[in-house]
Amino acid sequence: MVMMLEQLGRWVLNLVSEMGRMLIFVLSAFAWLVRPPLRVAQIVKQVHFIGYKSMFVVVLTAAFTGMVLALQGYYTLRKFGSEGLLGSAVALSMIRELGPVLAALMVTARAGSAMTAEIGIMRITEQIDALDTMAVNPLQYLIAPKLVAGLIGVPLLVAIFDVVGIYGGHLVGVELLGVNAGSYWNSIESAVEWKDVYGGILKSVSFGLIVSWICTYKGFYTKMSAEGLGTATTEAVVLSSVLILIWDYFLTSVLL
Amino acid sequence: MIKLVGVTKTLGGQAVLRGVDLVIPPGKVTTIIGRSGEGKSVLLKHMIGLMQPDQGEVWVDGTDISRLRGHALNEIRKRFAMLFQGAALFDSLTVFENVAFPLREKLRLKGPDVDRRVEEKLEQVGLSGMGHKFPAELSGGMRKRVGLARALVMEPEIILFDEPTTGLDPLMAKSIHDLITGMQRKLGFTAVMVSHEIPEIFGISDYVAMLKDGRIALMAEPRAFQRTDDPDIREFISVGGTVSWPAVDQAG
Repeated sequence: MVMMLEQLGRWVLNLVSEMGRMLIFVLSAFAWLVRPPLRVAQIVKQVHFIGYKSMFVVVLTAAFTGMVLALQGYYTLRKFGSEGLLGSAVALSMIRELGPVLAALMVTARAGSAMTAEIGIMRITEQIDALDTMAVNPLQYLIAPKLVAGLIGVPLLVAIFDVVGIYGGHLVGVELLGVNAGSYWNSIESAVEWKDVYGGILKSVSFGLIVSWICTYKGFYTKMSAEGLGTATTEAVVLSSVLILIWDYFLTSVLL
Repeated sequence: MIKLVGVTKTLGGQAVLRGVDLVIPPGKVTTIIGRSGEGKSVLLKHMIGLMQPDQGEVWVDGTDISRLRGHALNEIRKRFAMLFQGAALFDSLTVFENVAFPLREKLRLKGPDVDRRVEEKLEQVGLSGMGHKFPAELSGGMRKRVGLARALVMEPEIILFDEPTTGLDPLMAKSIHDLITGMQRKLGFTAVMVSHEIPEIFGISDYVAMLKDGRIALMAEPRAFQRTDDPDIREFISVGGTVSWPAVDQAG
């Protein structure tokens, strides 16, 4: 019994310590961000990496998500004679939930894991130490641009995801299943409110922060071995994905 | 002058440094030797503030850097350069950009000034015309030489070399040693080197320090190692091969 309590206590202490370290990590990175020199080139490079280079997978996911939503939605709505509401069903699902969540999960899988691996390799090969010896703060040079890029890149990808998903729904619902095009677009216009869009933006910004924060943190503190790097990358992807889903629930419960 | 006083460090529950006292003379080549896993690289990282001691002090010209953080530590680091064991070149940058990096980041230099100094250093390390290549396209020896060029380009007061010739063939190792000593004689910087290259280091170092059991067992001019009675030190330096002691010592 005492041993069990000891183990539980040790686990809780480690958890609290890790959370504290994560918080200090992200706050320090943001504090370094506002100090000169402002690393605009680094930020642009990272937005290109997180945003532009994730576009293909995001567009692909969005198109098929919208298409399958329309397919499922059509046969459900048809039972009630409400096929005309298909557009609103697809659009609200995409804007409120699926767009932010799926786009963030795709960014985690593609860019987040790459960020962890890149920073982890830099740690193992002493490139981060080399930055320190050159009096260049790694949090400012490496981490802060990636955090900002996450905050900018993910919302832009979510916007693209939403639009592509709605058009995917249109392709299946209107072009293949014969729903009236006017009904499809009118139902979107009448059902989607600005607060849905704001909610989606808020979610995507916070998801962008979660992905870039967790993935850079895990890379920065990776253990000095190939196995450690593999573990760090896996942990980064799993933790980011789980946190995205948990945070999504909390945000949704507040926003609704 | 770098001075370590009673430095202790425990890593992963194992005491690596157990009270290191060491003075690095300015403007000289000091080499730290010792068995693998003794903590030589750990010791080197304490000198530039990459690691902080659990106990003890690390002084750099009157400033105890063991308690410094942030901007104050960076100011001290501007006087240093370090050549890492694996060269630690930035993968995403070309050779030219790697060597130019400290000039652009530390001195905020731009344009022709950077070009001139980088080309000059690349020429000195025998890599003229290789500036466009990426580190992944270079051999181990070439990477070390790029690392050396990056360390030298700022013309710092102190350069730390972490096993600069490990993994290189004897000819390449000699070439790197010659480069380091040649540059040191020319520019007069303080060189602290961690090396396993016995007997070569006795011919190129002004001072040698032997790290044993987490402490400095002997810190002296190379000739003192010839006379030591410590059986561990004698064994350590004898297995490396025939030591070519400096000529002045042979005469003495």
